[in-house]
Parts: sequence; C-alpha cells; structure tokens
Amino acid sequence: MKAQARRLQRHLPLLVTAGIFVLLFGAASVAYEGFLSLRTLTSLLTDNAFLGIAAVGMTLVIFSGGIDLSVGAVIGFTSIFTATLIERTQVPPGVAWVLALAAGTAMGGGMGALIHFYRLPPFLITLAGLFLARGAAFWINTESVGIGHAVYNRLSAFEVPVGPASLTAGAVVLLAVLVLGYGLAHHTRLGRTLLAMGGSEQSALLMGLPIGAAKVGVYALNGFCGALAGIVATLYTGSGNPSMGVGLELDAIAIVVIGGTLLTGGRGHLVGTILGILIFGTIQAAILFDGRLSSWWMRIVVGGLLLAFVLLQRLLLGRRRT
Amino acid sequence: MKLAESSRPAPRPRSVVLWPLAGLCLLVLLNAVINPAFLKITLLDGHLYGVPVDILVQGSRTLLVALGMTLVIATGGVDLSVGSVVAIAGGVCAVLLQSGHGLGLTLTLAVLAGMAAGTVNGILVARLGLQPIVATLILMVAGRGVAQLLVDGQVIIITSAPFEYLANGFLAGLPVAPLWVGACYVATHLILRHSALGLFVEAVGDNERASRFAGLAASRIKALAYVFCGTCAGLAGILTAANIRAADAYRAGENMELDAIFAVVVGGTALSGGRFVILGTAVGALLIQTLTTTMYNLGVPPAIAPVPKAALIIGVALLQSDRVSRWITGLLRQRGDT
Repeated sequence: MKAQARRLQRHLPLLVTAGIFVLLFGAASVAYEGFLSLRTLTSLLTDNAFLGIAAVGMTLVIFSGGIDLSVGAVIGFTSIFTATLIERTQVPPGVAWVLALAAGTAMGGGMGALIHFYRLPPFLITLAGLFLARGAAFWINTESVGIGHAVYNRLSAFEVPVGPASLTAGAVVLLAVLVLGYGLAHHTRLGRTLLAMGGSEQSALLMGLPIGAAKVGVYALNGFCGALAGIVATLYTGSGNPSMGVGLELDAIAIVVIGGTLLTGGRGHLVGTILGILIFGTIQAAILFDGRLSSWWMRIVVGGLLLAFVLLQRLLLGRRRT
Repeated sequence: MKLAESSRPAPRPRSVVLWPLAGLCLLVLLNAVINPAFLKITLLDGHLYGVPVDILVQGSRTLLVALGMTLVIATGGVDLSVGSVVAIAGGVCAVLLQSGHGLGLTLTLAVLAGMAAGTVNGILVARLGLQPIVATLILMVAGRGVAQLLVDGQVIIITSAPFEYLANGFLAGLPVAPLWVGACYVATHLILRHSALGLFVEAVGDNERASRFAGLAASRIKALAYVFCGTCAGLAGILTAANIRAADAYRAGENMELDAIFAVVVGGTALSGGRFVILGTAVGALLIQTLTTTMYNLGVPPAIAPVPKAALIIGVALLQSDRVSRWITGLLRQRGDT
C-alpha cells in the first residue's frame, strides 16, 4: 500500500502532465470544429519534429543536472551546413548528413569535455557554444539555401499512411528518437548513471559510476540530437537556413520542465517529455485553428504553463522534504 | 580538498579588474594600429564625435543591464529575463507616448514595469526557492509575449524629441546616455561599497545558509537584487527605445541577457556568486562593445560577430577555472626553481 502510494507520488507530475494534455486537447476539440482528428495529431508530430528531437536530447542533459543552451544554434548550423554541402559542393545527401551529425556530436563532446575536465559551468560553456555555432552558421552563408536534390524530393513525398492521415519522414524520425530515447534513459546503464549523477554527483562518483564518460557522452549525444534535428529541419523546410532554431533551446527546456523533469537533475521521465511535446504542439495547433489569437499568446501560455509546473514541483518536493 | 578549495581567499577585486582592462587596452591598441582614425575624437557643433564616443553611447544599454546582472550573479543567481523586460519597458514607453501622456509619467511607468518584473523574479527565487535559471526563464518566455501584446505586434515609432534626448542627446558637448548610465554606476558603487549592503550581497551569494545564521535577511536581499536587476533592465528598455526611436517587441533586448552575463563574467564576478566587481562589469561591457565595433570596422559581417565573443567567453572561463590556475602557478613555480 505504502509502496503504491509512493509510486503514485513519484509519478504524480507525469499524471498531471498527461491530464493537462487530455484537457487541452479536449478543450480545443470542443472549441474548434475539426480539431479532433488523427490528422491534427500527425501534423502535430510533423510540425514539432525537430523541436521534439531536440527536447529528447535536452531531457537527458537535464537528467544529469546540466543544461545545454546551444541546441538551437546547432540546428541552425547543421541546417545551412547540410544544404550548402548538398547544393554548392554536390555532396550526396547521405554523406552530408553523416558529416553534419559528426560535426554536431564533436561539438557537443567538446563542450562536455570542457565542462567535465575544467569544472566549468555548463550554462556558460553552452552559451559560448551557442555563439560559436550561430556564428559559424552565418559564416557558411548568411542567406537560406534551397535544396533541390532528388533524394530530398523523394523524402518530402514520403508518407506512412496511418488510417486517414499519414506520417511524414520527419515525424517518423521523431517517433524513432522518442523510442530510442526512452530505452536509453530508462533501460540502460547510461540512463541510470545520468539520473544518479543529477541526484548527487559526489555520491555517484563514490559509487564508482563512470561520471566523466557519462557527462561528456550526454553532451555529445545532445549535439548529435541537435544535428539530427537540424537535418529534419532541412527536410521540413526543403532548405537550409542559418537562422533556423533561434530561441529553440528555450522551447526545448520548457517542454522538458512541463514534462515533469526536475531542472536540478536526478528526477524525471522521458514519457513526460513526450507529453510535453504534445502539449506544446496542441497549444500551437489550437492558436493556429483559432486564427484570431495572435502568435504571441503562444509565448504567454507556455510561460504560464512553465510557472504552473514549476510551482507544482515545488509543492510536491516541499512536502517530501518535510 | 574540497574544503581547502572553497576556503581559499577570493582574489582581490583590484587584480581582477586588471585582466579585462588589459584586454580592453589591447583591443583599443589593435584598432588604433589597424585604423589610426579610431582614437580620433572631433568636436562638431560643440558635440563630441568619434569612435570611442560611439562605443560609449552604443554600450550604454549593455552597461545598464550588466549592472543589475552583476548583483544578481553575486547572489549566486542569474536573470535570463532582462531582454524581455527591455522589450516590455520599450513597449510601455511607446504606447504611453503615442496616446499623448507626459514624459514623466511614461518614464515612471516604464521603470515601474521593470521593477514589477524584477519583483516577480525575486518572489519566485527568494520566496519560493526556485532555481534562478528556471524562475527567470518563465518571464523570459512569457515576457516577450507580453511585450508583443502591449504593442499589438507592431513596431511603434516614437516621435517625442525629449524622449530621444535621453539616448542620443548631448549635455555640454558630452553624450548624455553614458553620463547618466555612469551616474547609475557611481551611485550603485557608493551605496553598496560605502555601506554594509555590498558585503551582505556577497555573503548571501557565498553561503546563503551561513548568512541567514549570521542574522541577515538573506531571502530579502536576494529578492532585492532581482528587483534592482529588473529596474536596470527597465531603464535599459527606455534607452533602447529612445535610441532607435521605436519600440520593437520582437528584436529589442534580443540576446541582451547573454551580453550582460558575458560582461559580468569577463569583469571578474564569479558565476558561482559571492563576489562582485562593479568596475569590472563596466570594463567587461565596454570590452564587448569595443569588440563589436572592431568587427564592424574590420568589415566582418555582423552575423559572424558571435564567434570571437564565444572564444573570449571560453578563454575567460578557463582562466577562472581552478585546474588551469593550478597549472599556471605550477608552471611559474617550476620556472622559479630552475
């Protein structure tokens, strides 16, 4: 009984998040005709594919008690990097993708190494990473570059039919990342090490967990996710744009927090992040459906949700501590 | 080992200011070598003109925001919302001036808006004990929405001449914006360093619990730091709107939090809190502005400007890290032995 109660309390933020999603989606379905459909749900996945991929990587970083402000800039860099390679230097898309993923991973790993070996604040180093990646993106090209490669045309026509609706390539990648991320976070040694590290780095170290490898690894992984998100963004827009993903890191962090993950690290669940993406997407879709509401309401609602969730966490944790 | 590290006495502020000052001098020298006209200041219609004057005028906004950020960082926090607060204050100015209200009322309300934003942050951090990054992230996200709501998504042009004077005017031949921003710095320095207040802020940042046991109203001091930061951001919002003669809710104050944090860190204030160097922040903010101006002068596209900034941040952070400083002292000692 007691164990059950504790289990319930541990999953309470998750349940609240799920409840809010159902509530929001339900309210939108009642308010807007035609909102309640499979198509809304699939387009929600398509429209938020690159944000979702970034949010999964961000979740893992936040698990470890860190933060990565550079993802948005990495997306911008990857986007223009890939497009320029394909269009200007005639590199086949597959090779361009591999190079972009390698660049993202290397950059993440480099930041992780600085953070770990020199004990520098992740906040500051990833901030430098943001400047670096964004600057590099504009250095490659200040204008957006359209991609007209045959592979891209085929991929943008690619669809997986799901009932009356269909999933695009980006949505499929997002779903794969969600599944992989879930497995990594909750069913591997790395995932447990990250959570332990976020709870108490000292304890994790004393337990003999490979702190260094996990820390460098998680930033490298997030760099990989950022690059992957950038590639998906090129698929989504059919072009590369150096200003892609400006401020996206904040949305990703907001999604993670709305998903019930503690920003101090050590506690959280990837399913929460999935729900966070769905909530974020639902608000966006509802504002689009309404047509009268201006886009800035999105920011205000997300800010309000953030506040509500952080207060809720505070309430639950405060009770636990006393 | 951990204990020994934390009980190591903090370096004296004076030596801390030397580094950024040396950097600034180096940058100015570099500019002077590349472009001899860089240091030239001319008197035109009784007003001072020249690149150094321009750096001071354009750097005023960052200087103001960084001043508030210094205190917040000294308490061990950070305020990400300053950019959005700048946009809100600018929006308030534009809306009020457009509807024909007086300058006094407009400025008061704009500053109050910044103060209110700072109070929200202060309550979230000090009363509810939220992590500063999260607490201020909320206002950072929502605040820009509020600013856009205020001006209804438009860029509102401001035509008031006295309002513009605050940013682009001249007083006795000197540009007025650096003058009043400088006055803010002097006042803050006098209030903090010539009373126990500065020490209180540092004590709270160093060890909040110990400062509470010593009888300080730690949470109130912390909250006040955020209120001060919000107020500074509000003032910077006025300055931004006056400078471009418009309220742009989308772009105003964009990335300003990054520049401010950067100025504070370069100026020798530790991100972990417990120490602040107001003069260092001023030097840091000017360093950034000079860097930006230098790149304009070298013909570097503005979009690439972040790259040297990033390199500088990493360099400064490395210099501040224990591992590197141990390595350097070890190197020096070795040389001393032989």
